[in-house]
Amino acid sequence: MSLGLQARQLACERDGRWLFEGLDLDVRCGEIVRIEGPNGSGKTTLLKLLAGQLGDYHGELYWNGERFHKVREHFLANLLYLGHSPGVKAGLTPLENLAWYQALNGDKGDEEQCLNALFHVGLGGFEDVLAGQLSAGQQRRVALARLTLTRRALWVLDEPFTAIDRQGVVALEKQLAAHVQAGGSVLVTTHHALAVSPAVRCVQLG
Amino acid sequence: MLNTPAQGGLWIAFKATLKRDATLMFRRRGELLNPLVFFALVVTLFPIGISPDPVVLSLIAPGLLWVTALLAALLSLDSLFRTDYDDGSLEQLLLTPQPLAALGLAKVVAHWLFTGLPLAIVAPLLGVMLALPAGSYMVLSLSLAIGSASLSLIGAIGAALTVGIARGGVLLSLLILPLYIPVLIFGVGAVQAAINGDGIAAHLAMLGALFAASLLLAPWAIAASLRISING
Repeated sequence: MSLGLQARQLACERDGRWLFEGLDLDVRCGEIVRIEGPNGSGKTTLLKLLAGQLGDYHGELYWNGERFHKVREHFLANLLYLGHSPGVKAGLTPLENLAWYQALNGDKGDEEQCLNALFHVGLGGFEDVLAGQLSAGQQRRVALARLTLTRRALWVLDEPFTAIDRQGVVALEKQLAAHVQAGGSVLVTTHHALAVSPAVRCVQLG
Repeated sequence: MLNTPAQGGLWIAFKATLKRDATLMFRRRGELLNPLVFFALVVTLFPIGISPDPVVLSLIAPGLLWVTALLAALLSLDSLFRTDYDDGSLEQLLLTPQPLAALGLAKVVAHWLFTGLPLAIVAPLLGVMLALPAGSYMVLSLSLAIGSASLSLIGAIGAALTVGIARGGVLLSLLILPLYIPVLIFGVGAVQAAINGDGIAAHLAMLGALFAASLLLAPWAIAASLRISING
């Protein structure tokens, strides 16, 4: 089954200024789309908008050819969004954080799977340390563990490489490549030069 | 590769959110004690400030205990969604395939368990300090337990609306306080009735009705308010 996220004539205004206007965007399966632009050009806003978080936009959004608001549940069941803030609770351990995210999907959760996902992002042995005591990069990795843990077709990642060390960057690039090869798609903003084997399509903002 | 929306699982998500918030609150025990300490301090100061005469105190005790408990509950509300907003988990909460109203309710239940319920349990002890007449202690606890559940539910709407504002505390109080007045009236009314030996059933029934109405309506208002806050 194919997936597709389309935006037609998308426009968004903030404080009397158009961040973008008349934007057409297609995200198809097996594709990485990278949103580029200087700071303040509306990358995060665009990602939030495409993840269905914001309602104050002009234009139309389609998911698999259907209007967004009609298929919202189906869209959300296939979306994994990692925002600017990692969404990791400082007062919980990485394991508890992941268990909550699993439960939010209505999944009973499996500790083995969570441990595997944490091991995969290089946090083996840190599963019972409070996330607040981990470094910024390690907290980001807890969020990134959700990419392994939760099977979703569309990944929307806002600056996923922030605070990640060099080995982590290489591992994440590999994971992105593997995801699109398996038929998924990725929508990403980053200032980092992406070295991913399949073609990365760039969309310029600002 | 595509998933279809999972059926069910709401109960799992509800329980997990409740457990998560309870764990977080339990780990911040210092903050948890804040409303209780506030409650105890204010109640301690009144006999000193007004008069230690038991006759005077017993006259004002029901209203004083209820008003103080109400303000203590109000103080704790600001942080209900604030930390989730700051660390990005609120965004994630909005993007789950589960209904946001139910997950918001789970957070409110956790809030009530750790603020409203302790206030209701401690209130009789402080009632002794204010020479609250015998026979009204159970009613005080019961009316506070039911009433504070409504307070948490109604207050959460305001907390959700002001979560996007950096210093929303004052605005929250202004928004919520008028909605608290009916709960206060019937809560104090129940305790007064118990002291005077009148029937308390009518007051408790009204408190129950307020609770039922807020339980039914507040979750939807909380969900809508959270969406507005995130949009801003």
